[in-house]
Order: sequence, then C-alpha cells, then structure tokens
Amino acid sequence: MTLVVVGASLAGLRAVESARRVGYDGRIVLIGAEEQLPYDRPPLSKAFLDPDGPASVEPFRSETELREDLGVELMLGAPADGLDTEVREVSVSGTMVRYEALVLATGATARRFPGSDGCAGVHTLRTAQDAAAVRAGLDRGARTVVIGAGFIGSEVASAARKRGLPVTVVETLDLPLVRSVGRQVGSVCADLHRAAGTDLRLSTQVMRLEAADGVVTGVRLSTGEVLPADLVVAGTGVYPATRWLEGSGVPLHERDRGVVCDATLSTGLSGVYAAGDVAHVVNPLFDDESMRLEHWTNAAEQGAAAARHALDPAAARPLAAVPYFWSDWYGHRIQFVGTSRAEEVVVAVPAEAGFTALYRRGDRIVGALTVDRPREIMKYRRRIAARGSWAEAVAFAATTGAVA
Amino acid sequence: MRIEADRDRCEGLGMCEAMAPDFFEVGDDGRVVVHEEHPDEEHRQDLTAAVDACPVLALKLRD
Repeated sequence: MTLVVVGASLAGLRAVESARRVGYDGRIVLIGAEEQLPYDRPPLSKAFLDPDGPASVEPFRSETELREDLGVELMLGAPADGLDTEVREVSVSGTMVRYEALVLATGATARRFPGSDGCAGVHTLRTAQDAAAVRAGLDRGARTVVIGAGFIGSEVASAARKRGLPVTVVETLDLPLVRSVGRQVGSVCADLHRAAGTDLRLSTQVMRLEAADGVVTGVRLSTGEVLPADLVVAGTGVYPATRWLEGSGVPLHERDRGVVCDATLSTGLSGVYAAGDVAHVVNPLFDDESMRLEHWTNAAEQGAAAARHALDPAAARPLAAVPYFWSDWYGHRIQFVGTSRAEEVVVAVPAEAGFTALYRRGDRIVGALTVDRPREIMKYRRRIAARGSWAEAVAFAATTGAVA
Repeated sequence: MRIEADRDRCEGLGMCEAMAPDFFEVGDDGRVVVHEEHPDEEHRQDLTAAVDACPVLALKLRD
C-alpha cells in the first residue's frame, strides 16, 4: 500500500501525520513544489514582516522527524505535473509514483498583476520567498502600493504603517472586502485603514505598472494619477493549483478549476481525496453549499480527514466544519466564523466598542465577525455549529455590547 | 494526562475553545485560560482535537 500526498504545506503535512496516527504503517510519499520543508503561512504576512521578525521561516517539523519518525519519503522542489487515475500514478518531472490512496493538497497560487514578470519590486505574498522579498522592500523604507484591499494586502499595509512607511491600498470596488463580509463590515474595514494613516483609494483600478530599467517606479491609476512606488504587492486573490490535473478525470470546478469534492472530501475517483485551498467541499452545516476556503483551520482539518478517508474509504464521514479565519490589521484582530452568505447582516456591537456583526439565514445564525473581541468569537462559533437560533445569538450579543 | 499551554506563544485565536470548551477559554487578556489542567482520560479525543487545531502550536498533552 502506498499513500501519496501531493502538496507539502499544512494540509499535506496533516495528511501525513494523521495517516500515522491512525496506525497506517505502509509507504507514504509527500510531494511538494517548494524546496522548503512544510512551513506555516499565516505569519508570512504578519510577524515575518516586522523589522524584528524571524530571520527565516521555521519548518513545522525537521527533515529527520519527517523522514525517520514519520517514515515519509520526501519529494520536494518540483511540482507534480501529471496524474493518471487509470494506472494510479502521479508524475513528477518524469518520475512516476504509484499510489493506492491519494490526497490532493496542492493549494493555490497567487494571481500576479499583469506586467509584473521581469519587473523588480513587484510581488505577490504566498510563499516564504515572496515574504522575504516584501520584507526586504520594507527594510529599505519602500513607498508601498498594495493592489487589492483583501486580507493579505491589508496585512501588508499594516506592516508598512507599523514601520511608519507611506502606503496606498488601491481597490476596484467601492468598499474593501464587500464580497467576503458584506457592506457594513467593509465600511468598518475601510475605517481601520484610514485611522492607521493608510491612503485607501476605493473605486479605483491600477491600470499598469510604471518601471525604469526593469525596476518598478510607480503604478498608473484609472484616475490618470501615477503613484510613485518602490514596492508593489498584488493581493488580488489566488487560483487553485490544478493545471496538472486537467484531463486527469479529477472533477474540476467550472469557475476556478478547484477540485470538486463531496462532504467526505472524495473526488468520486477511487482512493482520491482532496483537502485545503484546492478543494471545493460540500458542507452539510450550510445547506450543502460547496465551499472552497483558504483558511488555516480548514487546511489542517481537511488534510487530516482526507488521509484517513483515502486509507479507509468505508469509514469516511462527512465533515461539517464551521469556517474560521482571522486577520491582524494595525494592532486590531479581525475574526470571522461561519459564512457571510446570508439574508441579513446585523451590527450587534458598534465599532466604538470593538465591533460585532452577525449573519442570518432563516432563523439561524450562520456567521459572525468580530473586531477586537477575542473572548466572544468562539461562543458564536459554537452556536453556528449547533445550528443555533438567531434570536438567541442576537440576545447574547446584546449582553456583550457594553464593554470593549 | 496534563494540558500544557504556552501562554507566551498563545495568540488567543480560540480554536482550543471551539474544540474543547470545557477545558479552554480565551481569557480577559486575550490568551488561553485552561480550566482543568489534569483532565480525565475520557476527554482525550476532544483534547487532541484542540491541540491539533491550535494555529500557533501553543498546546501540548503530556501523559
């Protein structure tokens, strides 16, 4: 028996660990595109960007732990480039690896801004290498432009302001994060940027990069203005890393080509399961909505479950997790649980005292977002997991409103 | 069995509280409070889930 895990980030690592934990003692091969051993990504846009942040990225586990304690064969530094589901082989630069159980955890790739190739000073932020480049720019005191007011871009802006550097965030829509959290919350997010001295340009597009001798000098906006910049970070989203799966028979989503799974993470192909950012997974807790999440907890949980299910499909059970993410902006902690696809959003605690927004579907609470209220967020998560009543959640929120 | 929480590492993200609310809670200072440091063996599954779910790896279970 061979378990092959493709993707050596959090989901892939947790797949390997859980396979050993359930007592699987067969062969495990872990394939990863990056040279590095599996490492943690959330700090890359947070502590790692601090002037006194860690000098290098620590792996989750040492090579000895992975190879010897967990008995994993590592194939790092080259991506899987093909899958044959008939003969059950993954190919990596001409080497074929046979599997009986397969976990697809290749994650997602950051979308690059058109024209960034060969233009120094323009980056995305997804890998340790990206983060080192962004930090080096900040270390040089760069004037920074962030394209897109999403979570990653906002964390970069936050890192720049923490150093007292000028930063502009350019967002196409009229509020930040409208699609992921709604208008009321988007407006609170805009205020966080402004209060920290970030120049937030809404309803504005970056038309193109300006460069001299292959080095970025600024960005040209849809307003005609040119913003001078030494560092440009595109935070304009990611796409699932599945080009290697085209034509393999693994079902890919028509919109973004993510791997389509049922609630047990099965792709429908025998022995083939998916986990993490790459996977669209049916969630029974939210009316069987298919969700593709780019969250730490999602990758950890699905990675572990995908390996268990791939090794023992008869024991596979649907997952019904409450999505959770957090983001740190200018010393404020934003936390979100559940889904923002809702019929109504109510601001339960105003921004002056922290901030809480609740999301309703029917008579249920399905989501909650807080700013600087870390003691409360998991109380909402439990209500959401238990399909708790909207009225009770609102009543609970009312008891928390007085004190920030 | 003993729960070890590294409060310096803890960032108060609260996943432990989500997984095992009887044992963990985010406290007033935004970091974990462990309600019961020596839990009974019957809770091992929930506690293991809490340890695994910690995004900053601040929790350990010792036998």
